[in-house]
Formats: sequence, C-alpha cells, structure tokens
Amino acid sequence: MGTAKVPSPSSAAGKPVTQPGKLKAVNLNFYYGNYKALHDISLEVPANRITALIGPSGCGKSTFLRTLNRISETIHNTRVEGQVLLDDENVLTVDVTALRRRVGMVFQKSNPFPKSIFDNVAYGLKVNGFRGSLKDAVERSLQRAALWDEVKDKLQKSAYALSGGQQQRLCIARALAVDPEVLLLDEPCSALDPIATAKIEDLLFTLKDQCTIVIVTHNMQQAARVADRTGFFLLGKLIEYNTTEIIFKTPTKQETEDYITGRFG
Amino acid sequence: MTLRDRWRKIVNFVMLSLTGVCAVVAVSMLFLILGYLVYNGWKSLDWNFFTKLPLAPGETGGGMANAIVGSVDIVALATLFGLPVGFMAGVYLAEFGGKTFSGLVRYTADLLNGVPSIVIGIFAWTVVVRPMHGFSALAGAFALGLILIPITARSTEQFMVSVPQTLREGALALGASKWKSIATVVVPAAYRGIATGMILGVARIAGETAPLLFTSLNNQFWSNGLTQETASLPYMIFIRAISPYDDWRRSAWAAGMVLLVGVLLANIAARLILSRGIEVQK
Repeated sequence: MGTAKVPSPSSAAGKPVTQPGKLKAVNLNFYYGNYKALHDISLEVPANRITALIGPSGCGKSTFLRTLNRISETIHNTRVEGQVLLDDENVLTVDVTALRRRVGMVFQKSNPFPKSIFDNVAYGLKVNGFRGSLKDAVERSLQRAALWDEVKDKLQKSAYALSGGQQQRLCIARALAVDPEVLLLDEPCSALDPIATAKIEDLLFTLKDQCTIVIVTHNMQQAARVADRTGFFLLGKLIEYNTTEIIFKTPTKQETEDYITGRFG
Repeated sequence: MTLRDRWRKIVNFVMLSLTGVCAVVAVSMLFLILGYLVYNGWKSLDWNFFTKLPLAPGETGGGMANAIVGSVDIVALATLFGLPVGFMAGVYLAEFGGKTFSGLVRYTADLLNGVPSIVIGIFAWTVVVRPMHGFSALAGAFALGLILIPITARSTEQFMVSVPQTLREGALALGASKWKSIATVVVPAAYRGIATGMILGVARIAGETAPLLFTSLNNQFWSNGLTQETASLPYMIFIRAISPYDDWRRSAWAAGMVLLVGVLLANIAARLILSRGIEVQK
C-alpha cells in the first residue's frame, strides 16, 4: 500500500476530529470565464486544526483556497457558485475587508511590501484603524512568527534585506498582526530550503492553538508532517478528504493512492 | 574560398558599415545642434540676461528676466493642472478600468499624445482666450497642461502595471480596501518610475512653443498677473530668431541655451532618481 514514500503522520493527526467546523465550503463551483476550475467542492475545516490540501499542479487547490477569503475576486471574469461559510455565515454577505481581517493569507512567493520590517508588520494594523501601541503589537507578532530575535535590531531596515525564509516568516507575522481567526497558506515553503521549511512547520504547530490553519502544499511529506486532516484535489474535484492518517495509510480512492505512492501519471 | 563565400563576406561588410555610418550621422547631427547652440548662446549670455527686461534692438544690457519668470509661471501652472489629472487617470487605467472604457481612454490618450501642439494651441485659444477676451498666462498653462495629461497618464499607468500583482494581493489580504492598497503599497512601490515620467513630461512642455503663440502671447514687460499677456522663453526665441537684428538673434541663442540647460537638468534629475534602483521585487 501507499505508505512507502512518506513518513508517518504526526501523532495529533490520528485523533478523531471533535472540533466544530470553522470554515465550510458547500457545493462550491468556480469559473475562470467559461472554464470550470472547481467542481462541486464540499469540505469542512475544523477549528484549531491544520488542514492540508494536496494535489498536482493545476488541480484547483490554490483556487479553492483563494475563494475562502474572496481574494479570488481580484481576478477579472471569475465567478463563484455555492457557498463558503465562516462560523456558519456566508462570506459573500460579510464585508470583504472585515472578512480578510478574520481570514489571513500567506502567499506562495513571499511578498513583503517595499517598506521597513516594522512597517510591513504594522501595515494590517494601520489599515484597520488599530488603536494602541504599534510597537508592542509588532513585537508580539514577530515573536509569534519566531522572527523577533533575528530582526529586533533592524526593524527600520528594508524587508528586502531579509533572506527568503525570513521574508516568508515576516509575511506570516504580518498576517498574524491582525489576529486572524483563520490563516490560509498557499504553498508557503515552495521556495524555501529544508531548514527554513522546518522553521515554518514548527511555527504552524504553535499557531494551531490560536487559529485555524489551511495549507496548500505540493509537498506530500509536509502534509503528512503537519496536517490533522488532508484533502486530495484532482482536476478541480475534491477526490478524498479525511484525517491525514487515513489519506496516507488507507485511502479509499484509487486516484488518491496513485498520487500518494507516486504512480500518478 | 568559393565565390559564394566571398560574396557573403562582402554583403556582410557593406551592411555593417552602412548601419554604422547612419548611426554616426544620427548622433553627430544631435551634437552639431547642441554644439552650435552652446557656442552661439554662451557668447551672448551674461548676468543681465537673467535680471533685466528686454530692450529694443540696438540697446545693450537688456535681458529676458520676464520671459524666464513667465516660462516658470506658465509651466508651474500647467503642472499644477495637468499632473494631478494625468496621474489620477493613469491610476484609473492601471487599477480600476474595465476593458471597454479604459481601452477607449488609453486609445484617446495615445491620440492626444500625437496631436500636433499647434492644434492644442488653437483649441486653447477657442475655449480660453476668446471667452476671456485676451491672451493670458492662464490660457498658456491650460494648453500646456492639456499636453501634459496624456503623457503623465500613460507613464503612470505603465509603471503601476509593472508592480507585481502579489503586492496588491498581500495588501488586500490584510483587509485593506482597494484604494488603500493602491495608495499605501502600489504607488509607493512605483513612485520612482512615476516621478521620472512626470519630470520628463514637464521638461517636454517647457519647450513647447506653438501652443503659446495663441495663448500667452508675449510681453515686453513684467506681466501684471495671470490674466495678462506673459512672456516666455520659447516665444522669445521664436520672435528674436527670425528678427533682422543681430543682437536679437544672438539673445535668441542665449535663450535657447538656457531652456536647453533647464530641460537637460530635469532629464538628469529624472535619470538619477531612476538609477537609484527599483526596490520592487520582480
């Protein structure tokens, strides 16, 4: 069976999911113009757990992630059918800026603003009219992202002076600064070396108590390491969604098994 | 070596030489003009040129102080009017426009860029000079501002479009409104390019002559206000260069050089700003 290539899932992944659903997709379809990119996706993301979405390039996993905070709307000529519910409230009825404050996002390629490290982290607070000590809030966010010790002496330096892994953790700190309830990560480690990747994975474990995490990843080992639940996407469809242990050890669908074992072609 | 090979070498050599010669001709013409201007202009340039009013032909010690100040006034006013409109239109084109309307605006801006400046002058004469019953610095500024708008709009658009989409998404994902993300992330990321385009645009209108013939006209004295006829350097060059008096023609060279140096300095400033490097990641 298909466990030869991947390490055992983390111990947390084996526990039954008793958490209530934080985010729910219900019969979600997504179109780029006439092209249907997502087919009838229904999926429930449990609160304070890490949910991984895996699948080959172009399978729709990133598209799906981007509908959750409605960042997909920035692309012209796209259309959504079905619902995304955040705490049982349809995200389409929530003010979009308020939604994105509650559902933060970290992108595949680190995208710090051309500003200082401090201003990057403070950005979300400033645009949301934060009242209070920016300095304290920035320090707290950088500490949560395990970056504080590396940057505390150069907060006024350009964010571009940081390494790739540091930039990505800066983007995580920036997202955490506004205290999101959900954190979406779109292949956050795809451009990082194993050491930087390990740092970010460790970080995800510590963040789980405070927020719900959805991570899209190309890297199956990463999903196996960090995720409590895993969903497998193929050609715009959610093929299988279950605890990470079941997905990697005893998948019920042939496609999932083929992909997990690398026989996919 | 076969005949064929030899023929190939000859063709290659001839074509290479031809392109080289044409390149030299193009550059040397430019340097000839510059050299001639500086040679003639330098001789008749003195301190009086910057401090005194123009005098009648034959009288010595006159200057073009009123034309220098007039030019600065008109260009400053045109900038005040043309830059904000052009900048905002460029932001619209880059960030908000749909397909049909912004396509139309873009096409119109390109057309407007190609309209001969003398036609702009006639237009300004019709809509400003006639209703106001007189030539004025305002009318001149209006004409030059019209020229500046499409230049600024297109260059602003171009530099904003080159800001990576990921930066916009990063700002939006933090709960910034679209306008906020543009004002606080996209424009700051593109400001060097935008500023450079603006400086080049202002330098371009500073040298325009034809629109001023119909609008600000000329003045032998200090202008009494923005609604009065106002002297400008390009206009001075025009009337003095074609005059029959030697000393007037010499002062036209001097005015040409002063204008050229001003525009050149603006160009250098623009390039310095740009060469400090683009901070935005690609």
